[in-house]
Amino acid sequence: MLSINDLRASIEGKEILKGINLEVKPGEVHAIMGPNGSGKSTLASVLAGREEYEVTSGNVIFEGKDILEMAPEERAAEGIFLAFQYPVEIPGVTTINFLKTAVNEIRKYKGESPLDAAQFLKMVREKAKLVSMNDSLLKRALNEGFSGGEKKRNEIFQMAVLEPKLAILDETDSGLDIDALRIVAEGVNSLRSPERATIVVTHYQRLLDYIVPDFVHVLYKGRIVKSGPKELALELEEKGYDWIKAEVEAVG
Amino acid sequence: MSTETIDLKTRLIADFHAREAVMNGEASSEFHQKKRAGLARFEKLGFPTIKNEEWKYSNVKDLISVSYEFNAQSSIGLAELEDLKVPKQDANILYFVNGIFNAGLSTIISPVEEITISSLGDAYKNNPSLVSSFFNELTADSEDAFTALNTAFAQDGVFINIPDNKSVALPIILRFVSDARSSNVGSQPRNIIAVGKNSHVKVAEAFRTLGGQRSFTNSVTEIHVAEEANVQYYKVQNESENAYHVGTTQVRMRDRSHFYAGTVTLNGKFTRNNLNIILDGEHCDAHMYGLYFPDGTQHVDNHTVADHCKPNSESNELYKGILRDKSKGVFNGKIFVRPDAQKTNAFQSCKNIVLSPEASMNTKPQLEIFADDVKCSHGTTTGQIDEEALFYMRSRGISRPEAMSLLMFAFCADVVSQIKIDSIREYLENVIIQKLASK
Repeated sequence: MLSINDLRASIEGKEILKGINLEVKPGEVHAIMGPNGSGKSTLASVLAGREEYEVTSGNVIFEGKDILEMAPEERAAEGIFLAFQYPVEIPGVTTINFLKTAVNEIRKYKGESPLDAAQFLKMVREKAKLVSMNDSLLKRALNEGFSGGEKKRNEIFQMAVLEPKLAILDETDSGLDIDALRIVAEGVNSLRSPERATIVVTHYQRLLDYIVPDFVHVLYKGRIVKSGPKELALELEEKGYDWIKAEVEAVG
Repeated sequence: MSTETIDLKTRLIADFHAREAVMNGEASSEFHQKKRAGLARFEKLGFPTIKNEEWKYSNVKDLISVSYEFNAQSSIGLAELEDLKVPKQDANILYFVNGIFNAGLSTIISPVEEITISSLGDAYKNNPSLVSSFFNELTADSEDAFTALNTAFAQDGVFINIPDNKSVALPIILRFVSDARSSNVGSQPRNIIAVGKNSHVKVAEAFRTLGGQRSFTNSVTEIHVAEEANVQYYKVQNESENAYHVGTTQVRMRDRSHFYAGTVTLNGKFTRNNLNIILDGEHCDAHMYGLYFPDGTQHVDNHTVADHCKPNSESNELYKGILRDKSKGVFNGKIFVRPDAQKTNAFQSCKNIVLSPEASMNTKPQLEIFADDVKCSHGTTTGQIDEEALFYMRSRGISRPEAMSLLMFAFCADVVSQIKIDSIREYLENVIIQKLASK
């Protein structure tokens, strides 16, 4: 589904990603962990098409297409979704209106006719239940005045509505208490299917108690320096990142 | 030879005297004496130049470079004015074509016990002393040449008089249409709105130009807001690429009254709006909302005044602008707090999005505070569209142009949502959506 090959990216002349290689197959959940500043969020941003980053080499093939030449909206329409670490507040645009526009723009991209208001509302109500989003939040301006937990829940709600093939969760656990974390994780898990894949970017292991990964990768200084099964996350939780750093330095 | 070489000021003054010469006894009336005083003031002031601080960024040279046919005849019909559709039962609608009331197009349906609505001309015929007493009462000391000019030539407009304790159920929509299809036309509507104690009303002025010739509108509206009255007043401008508009709305508020103004300028070559609110009462609140969305080489200038004369009142102002292409915007917001006006709260904010490097915005808040126990704040921002918000929307599949439209529509919505006449608000939303889609 997703194949990242020797991906290098920089911002303002500083190289952040220094040759990333990663294969994600349908149905898999990959966790990307690593200390602060290792490039985790940069990787998520580059995959979603954030324009501040300059890709200097490599390619990213998603469902057979190189997405690096695509605009963010085209990537979204192709089925890539980024749950933001810091969801943006947009005054004056209601969540419901925003999502309706998004759904219909994606349908247009795929050559499908737009959903009418009734069809859309029915679908949205079902999805809202998944993450316990109540109607009043949907009618409010997008993320404006939402608590940290509400914002993250809104990200997962949007994901449920857009039904992406590949979901990238960027530090979705940050700022969440244990109850909110559970709701968010349940939302993510309910969307898991053999056709869909998920990349979970996180600093801590605790989210992975709820969203159990098939693979764990450790990102350090812009490279994936270690990959392993889900137990690797537990090991990192127990021992921290220093031993990984030491290993890398010893080799390097 | 040529009348073209005579400047507009000289021509207007000559017109005044020519009309006066055929007036017979009416020339000695109180009404005409006020007009004559207006002419004298206009003669003294002359059209402003950019050396005048109030007109520093708005040059009227182009406006006064040609002559206009005032109060020109027009055969315009409703079919040509369908852009703003208001169901007949939902509002009183008065049409003024080239400045003159058109009874055939208009519908006045509110009961007379509730409100007197008529053209200024008819009102004067019916009750000259009442109309004369209101006329120019609020603008007598104006230092604005255009206001004085309007006073000199006041002929038609609306006269609204609401007794005490009336809640006028239906709004009043005043449609000022310049029919510039065959020549340069001018109009100088003069409106008087007197709202009695504890009465409520909603009034909208909507300006529109048809045709490609020039139009020049110089309008003045005087609004008397009595004790405990509640007035919602909107001014909507969707004129042509060749429309020049200068207008003043002069408001006087008494104790415990409420006044809301919404000024929305969507199209017009040159627009200057003066909104002057005198809070001459305690426990009043005045609200000013403005929106302007020029493109091409359009120029929009909003000058506002909140003049706090008495204690315990509040003014609250929000103006927003989106500027495209080579358009120019000007905002000047004055807040006066007089020595007696302790415990005044006055807030002002002006926010702008400038979408082109060739567009520009001049903002000038001006606070003059002579009392010590007051809360005043002001702020202006001028920036571009929020890139982070744009990326967020695009990452959900919304194209860049669509995301821009949504963000800009939302930016406008703060002001548009304040307009409490549904048909006017929906009309504005439609024009804004069309404008957003046009680039």
